[in-house]
Amino acid sequence: MSAIVQEHTEDHAHDHGHHHKETFITKYIFSQDHKMIAKQYLITGLIMGFIGIGMSLLFRMQLAFPGESFLLFEWFLGDWAPDGVMDADIYLALVTIHGTIMVFFVLTAGLSGTFSNLLIPLQIGARDMASGFLNMISYWLFFISSVIMVSSIFIEAGPAAAGWTIYPPLSALPMAQPGSGLGMTLWLVSMAIFIASSLMGSLNYIVTVINLRTKGMSMTRLPLTIWAFFVTAIIGVISFPVLLSAALLLIMDRSFGTSFFLSDIFIQGEVLHYQGGSPVLFEHLFWFLGHPEVYIVLLPALGITSEVMSTNARKPIFGYRAMVASILAIAFLSTIVWGHHMFISGMNPFLGSVFTFTTLLIAIPSAVKAFNYITTLWKGNLQLNPAMLFSIGLVSTFITGGLTGIILGDSTLDINVHDTYFVVAHFHLVMGISALYGLFAGVYHWFPKMFGKMMNKNLGYVHFWVTAVCAYGVFFPMHFVGMAGVPRRYYENTAFPMFDELTDVQILMTVFALIAGAAQLVFAYNFVHSIFYGRPAEQNPWKSNTLEWTAPVKHFHGNWEGEIPHVHRWAYDYSKTWDNGDYIIPGQDYVPQHIPLQENEEELQH
Amino acid sequence: MTIVLTIAVLVLVAIAIWQMTKIFELSQIKADNSQVANDKDNKYNGYLLFAFLIFIYGITIFSFAKYGKFLLPEAASEHGGEYDSLMYISFVIIFIVQTITQALLHYFGYKYRGEKGKKALFYADNDKLEFIWTIIPVVVLAGLILWGLYTWTNIMDVNDEDDPLIVELYAQQFNWTARYGGEDNELGMANVRMIDIDKANVLGLDESDPYASDDIITKELHLPVGRKVNFRFRSQDVLHSAYMPHFRAQMNCVPGMITEFSFTPTITTEEMRQNPEVIEKVKRTNKIRAERAAMGEPNSDPWEFNYILLCNKICGKSHYNMQMRIIVESQEEYEAWLQEQQTFGQTMASMN
Repeated sequence: MSAIVQEHTEDHAHDHGHHHKETFITKYIFSQDHKMIAKQYLITGLIMGFIGIGMSLLFRMQLAFPGESFLLFEWFLGDWAPDGVMDADIYLALVTIHGTIMVFFVLTAGLSGTFSNLLIPLQIGARDMASGFLNMISYWLFFISSVIMVSSIFIEAGPAAAGWTIYPPLSALPMAQPGSGLGMTLWLVSMAIFIASSLMGSLNYIVTVINLRTKGMSMTRLPLTIWAFFVTAIIGVISFPVLLSAALLLIMDRSFGTSFFLSDIFIQGEVLHYQGGSPVLFEHLFWFLGHPEVYIVLLPALGITSEVMSTNARKPIFGYRAMVASILAIAFLSTIVWGHHMFISGMNPFLGSVFTFTTLLIAIPSAVKAFNYITTLWKGNLQLNPAMLFSIGLVSTFITGGLTGIILGDSTLDINVHDTYFVVAHFHLVMGISALYGLFAGVYHWFPKMFGKMMNKNLGYVHFWVTAVCAYGVFFPMHFVGMAGVPRRYYENTAFPMFDELTDVQILMTVFALIAGAAQLVFAYNFVHSIFYGRPAEQNPWKSNTLEWTAPVKHFHGNWEGEIPHVHRWAYDYSKTWDNGDYIIPGQDYVPQHIPLQENEEELQH
Repeated sequence: MTIVLTIAVLVLVAIAIWQMTKIFELSQIKADNSQVANDKDNKYNGYLLFAFLIFIYGITIFSFAKYGKFLLPEAASEHGGEYDSLMYISFVIIFIVQTITQALLHYFGYKYRGEKGKKALFYADNDKLEFIWTIIPVVVLAGLILWGLYTWTNIMDVNDEDDPLIVELYAQQFNWTARYGGEDNELGMANVRMIDIDKANVLGLDESDPYASDDIITKELHLPVGRKVNFRFRSQDVLHSAYMPHFRAQMNCVPGMITEFSFTPTITTEEMRQNPEVIEKVKRTNKIRAERAAMGEPNSDPWEFNYILLCNKICGKSHYNMQMRIIVESQEEYEAWLQEQQTFGQTMASMN
């Protein structure tokens, strides 16, 4: 692995102007350059994101106007929307694929995949990942799994429709719903490939962070982004294999007649042979990944926020060590809280008590992080770039959504709000919207690094403000729908007169959702337009300290011409002054990591 | 038609925003074009952050004022009162924290908006501060955890004290069935392998089990008020969840496994219908339904309040309409109703 890196090192040491002969295919398609792979991840993730968000708009329209006929449904859903009225099976399929795409394909691969790939080598001072080849395979497996997932939408019986949690027996028995036939098979195949991709990526990130840091880059000098990606990769390696085993056992149950998750089933007039399995076992295996997954999604977003916020506040991140400790604590606790998804699954209530305890514990490091972000803003000189606004927005939704976790994590209170819209509101705010904001913050902040161009800031402001208002507009009222007792995954709520008066709320949420969807088009336009016609970027437009901004704007495999910069300080020396109040470097309120300590300068932190 | 209009309006809004930004951009052409926030951007967005704080408070107040009345009425079970108090306290804490932290976050965003030449404070650490905001959540959460766990243990302790009524709730795609223990208050053996649809033995009861013959199988759940009910849940096909929101009760129904939950209903259906909140809710709902009737739309019959059992775990196409009515009534009414029902033995005998 290190051979490749070595080769580059020598390459550049001897001949600065010369690079590999690259063809179109090795440069843009089967590239082993982490920067290109990051862009591939990002663009694939964004396309998946548009599909996933588009789906949510379709089913939100169905919820607001149950049973109404829409031309839009006829266009997109065809036979599944006879006369433009959405079918109940396709409703469940849309909900399922929306969840799957957003959680795995957008917020895991699109977020962590993009920024881990882009930033790990650049911020630790490495020429590339430990294994560029594995990295390339990781992307292409992700691509294949995306293609399979999307193609499953087009099969005759419809895609998987058992919810993104695919609990058996519903997901195991084609007689239980049409989506559990070929659609579910494709879902499982796609996810198995996705897991392989994710593991290759994660192992690569871990090895790279441990081995390829440049001289002087001790672990306590790592930017918080890298800490977040590093720990995220570790959680991924620990938990994704468990999902793979769950998927494999489910494939066995579905196709080879085993009874891991199935027992005593009578369906469509006949008794099935399954005996002795337990769906609860599947729930345990699923959530053993499923819960850490929440943090796999969230930690990179928080890492990005730390970096963006500190840079734009022109202040060091407050409590660097506490932030690292919080990331580690969250990571550890995240692997022992999965049972809070299962309080009323029929598992032993004593287990419920234990999981309540661990779950509420995780609120502590989360609270510390939130407070530290707020203190980072205090007495700053805030440069309110779009990335900064998205970071502030992230902290806002993280708090709002996180607080309701206190209700859901409490086994007692969970009883009556479990699986209602309260849950939907909670997790969309705390992980969905927050992680999306992290993704956007990252795109706006590192766009100059990725494409050598600036994104249009005014379009960025429009994008942020419309999205921020609409996100609360959709998900804040949703808590009330949940507390009125409306279960999630209902095709329509008209079968219960007690929910009649909630239709108004549904309409309000749908209108906000549609506007939010439209705002993403502004982003898409800005993104594509800026790639081609954006203003050329300077090398360090945000006046940032981290190493990636010491690399030239122009991309080439190896990142730095000549020698890799060495690191002499942590990443957060913003607005550091001498005792007399002058900046360390006269006239410049930041001191990049590769600048040696000045004479008489104290290395104060970490 | 309204739909077309809505979409048209949205498209127009999108175009308007786009145009506005275009104009804005064009008017700025001479200004610096670095695409990095300048003092003007900082100023406007700082103000907007403050406005956003007001928006968050506004939508909170709006939602409470407008949607607060949609929440479930008072709990109709014994443990429900405790549940509601714990919920109430948790919400009070949440709103205090939410109000303060959002205020700080957005106010700082507004107050410390950047200006050229301003100096940020190099402030990287303060152990005391960090200790304080670690210890406060620890104490508050410890309180909540202890209270929650105490309540949880009480609720989930399903035992045979106080002579509970034994009821089985049986789930299948897409309906519910209830089974009472009958005279002996003891459920007979059952398994899906003994289901015999031709003989109407749809729950798979063991016909040779003497406990089974007096079991009573019904499509409506009647419960006597004030008597503890021990529920046993079964499912014959996929996961379902028995959700009885008015009683703050829920438990999954898992094929191959019997799950349990227990509660004591405290308010009869009749009494609940007299609850002022419920009267208001019924009034509002029937107004909507009357409007629908006037438009000639379906699903417009007047509604009378009833407790309801819903399915709350995705179970297939008609998941959204898997329900059973629950009637809580006096002991006498309950017994009278029970008298009218056939026992399993009688049903079997009539089939032969």
